[in-house]
Amino acid sequence: MVQVLGAGGLDEIVRALRAQGRTVVGPVVRDGVITHDVIDSAADLPRGWTEEQDAGRYQLAPTGTDEIFAFSSPSTSWKRYLYPERTLLIRARRRRDVVEIHEPEPEAPPMAFLGVRSCDLAALDVLDRVFLDPDATDPTYAARRGDVFIVAVACSFPGNTCFCSSMDTGPTPRSGFDLAIRELHDGASHDLLVEAGSTRGAALLAEVESRAASDTDVARAGDSHDRAVAGMGRRLRSDDIQRAALDPDHPRWDDVAQRCLACANCTMVCPTCFCSATEDSTDLTGTESERWRVWDSCFTLDFTHLHGGSVRSSTRSRYRQWLLHKLVTWHDQFDASGCVGCGRCITWCPVGIDLTEEVAALARSDESVPREGAAP
Amino acid sequence: MTPRPYRVVSRRDDLIDTVTLELAPVGDACPAPMAGQFNMLWAFGVGEAPISVAGFDDGVLIHTIRRVGAVTAALCASVDGDQIGLRGPFGTGWDLPRATGGDVLVVAGGLGLAPVRPIITDLLANRADFGRAVLLVGARTPDALLYRDELEGWRGRLDLDVEVTVDAASPAWRGDVGVVTRLIERAPVDPANTTAFVCGPEVMMRFAAQAVLDRGVPATHVVLSLERNMHCAIGHCGHCQLGPMFVCKDGPVVGWTDVEALLRIRER
Ligand SMILES: Cc1cc2nc3c(=O)[nH]c(=O)nc-3n(C[C@H](O)[C@H](O)[C@H](O)COP(=O)(O)OP(=O)(O)OC[C@H]3O[C@@H](n4cnc5c(N)ncnc54)[C@H](O)[C@@H]3O)c2cc1C
Ligand code: SF4
Ligand code: SF4
Ligand code: FES
Repeated sequence: MVQVLGAGGLDEIVRALRAQGRTVVGPVVRDGVITHDVIDSAADLPRGWTEEQDAGRYQLAPTGTDEIFAFSSPSTSWKRYLYPERTLLIRARRRRDVVEIHEPEPEAPPMAFLGVRSCDLAALDVLDRVFLDPDATDPTYAARRGDVFIVAVACSFPGNTCFCSSMDTGPTPRSGFDLAIRELHDGASHDLLVEAGSTRGAALLAEVESRAASDTDVARAGDSHDRAVAGMGRRLRSDDIQRAALDPDHPRWDDVAQRCLACANCTMVCPTCFCSATEDSTDLTGTESERWRVWDSCFTLDFTHLHGGSVRSSTRSRYRQWLLHKLVTWHDQFDASGCVGCGRCITWCPVGIDLTEEVAALARSDESVPREGAAP
Repeated sequence: MTPRPYRVVSRRDDLIDTVTLELAPVGDACPAPMAGQFNMLWAFGVGEAPISVAGFDDGVLIHTIRRVGAVTAALCASVDGDQIGLRGPFGTGWDLPRATGGDVLVVAGGLGLAPVRPIITDLLANRADFGRAVLLVGARTPDALLYRDELEGWRGRLDLDVEVTVDAASPAWRGDVGVVTRLIERAPVDPANTTAFVCGPEVMMRFAAQAVLDRGVPATHVVLSLERNMHCAIGHCGHCQLGPMFVCKDGPVVGWTDVEALLRIRER
């Protein structure tokens, strides 16, 4: 059942979530980008802002309207709230030859995510497959993820680097949310349509002022979805992916390695990249020690270090590992794509490497075909 | 991800850079390992390293560790009575029973003898289940030969063929000289009815597997143990990936047919 929020309805949702004791995290404008942070009210959201994204390019821009969700992928993803950059794994103490090891209780502040895009919802499902594996559940992730309340938002303005419709992950959320919002703004009217995806979502929706959506509202929502699909900036063809995986010695791997800085930006911004390293340290007396898990990236040389050298010492092999993991071997491992089409890695690559373009080039066996410019 | 304290109950210097530790649980023990599996050994304040189970006897774990960096140096420096952390066991085992009724060919290079040691002890404990049994060991030099006393003991048995070769001999060495693949050529087994277990540096394993195949051992009867960088051992950290595999849980013991194509690709 679709409802239309009354004026101030969004703020009521934030207030209701806060009243449940939740920290509400949503998109905000900070340092010239739209990112995620804790919000106190709907007034903290990026009303009136959009962004222009392209390969290696990000520019905040005013919309001149009072739209709230007129942008696409924020610069950061939600993963850091569920899988923090640094997690304390153990704390240990040594007295003479006795070692005591403690596993800290995972911190699990009740949270709500407001404004989760469809691609990012899919990314949460992908991370669940990694960290909620019944044979090896990550306690921190499980504790944080367990209770998080999700307010999704349908995309009306996919970015120039977006390709969720290719990955079948968007632009309209289908499941995995408590509430899903669609913002409709056409000159005269500005409405927020809301749909509940869970019992607790329905209960919360009942607390805020709203009216039932009319057939016209529902039709406008459908049009908005169609426009978003049509406006998708990039595209990735699944048969190209299959072909790109075939030749580990394709000259395009050398070509991309010439441009890639192996800076790891792409893996840091990616909502599904989950790799980590563990780090140990001791205090000055050497009697207390801590073991932390920190985000890591397959682009670093150390990543595959073995006595005698790294398995993947060339940038070529590391880019290949990243791309083929995202798009191919992820399916073998987790029965899902590791790429959800959010476009962040394209936007935030300092040299503008675009995986959709790389895949298209790798899929061609004729290497003489010149590099294509970015899609539309 | 939380190690349990284990006490060093015995420490033996095997080689100039290699130490064997026997470890007993201080409190609750980790589950019993299968031959071929590994544990994550944690040195206080330094870090963890994946180390194969070289033996398991009456609740005591045996691990043979070569000093190559910070973690292994700290582990090798531990003395009787010290406590270290341990979690495991992880990964796939050799599954010796798959060779039941047939011949067993074990090929070990260098430190690779440690992970295959439990194959030999299990085999000798159930000797009647198998046909001929051959252990081929390669080392760089006589000084780099692991478990010399035990090898001597095994060599004296009639129900196990042990052949040892070194790449570079010393004046006192009276055994074979040359790569371990040469021993495979003349190993007294019935190839069609043999299971080969191979462990050592990756290049050595590739050559050894090829030599075993050349003898006529079916490719599906060749298993090996892979080494990759590992931080978590539970499929979360991503470091150990080889194509679709997480070597920490889909390996380290793998069938030759499952990895042949992957190992052929440079820097995969
Ligand atoms: C399944 C398996 C079984 C093994 N069994 C044995 C064994 O029985 N005996 C033995 O001596 N060695 C064994 N190894 C190798 C051993 O784990 C490495 O030599 C050890 O991790 C090196 O750590 P280091 O800090 O001492 O070395 P360094 O070379 O100083 O390591 C430097 C950095 O690389 C990392 N590193 C290096 N190699 C590895 C690795 N394999 N996994 C994770 N991180 C690594 C270290 O964590 C460190 O951060 C095994 C490895 C694997 C994967
Ligand atoms: S690989 Fe790139 S486009 Fe795909 S999910 Fe990750 S950041 Fe988004
Ligand atoms: S693809 Fe771009 S963002 Fe990723 S490591 Fe290479 S240079 Fe950095
Ligand atoms: S060691 Fe972490 S995924 Fe295998």
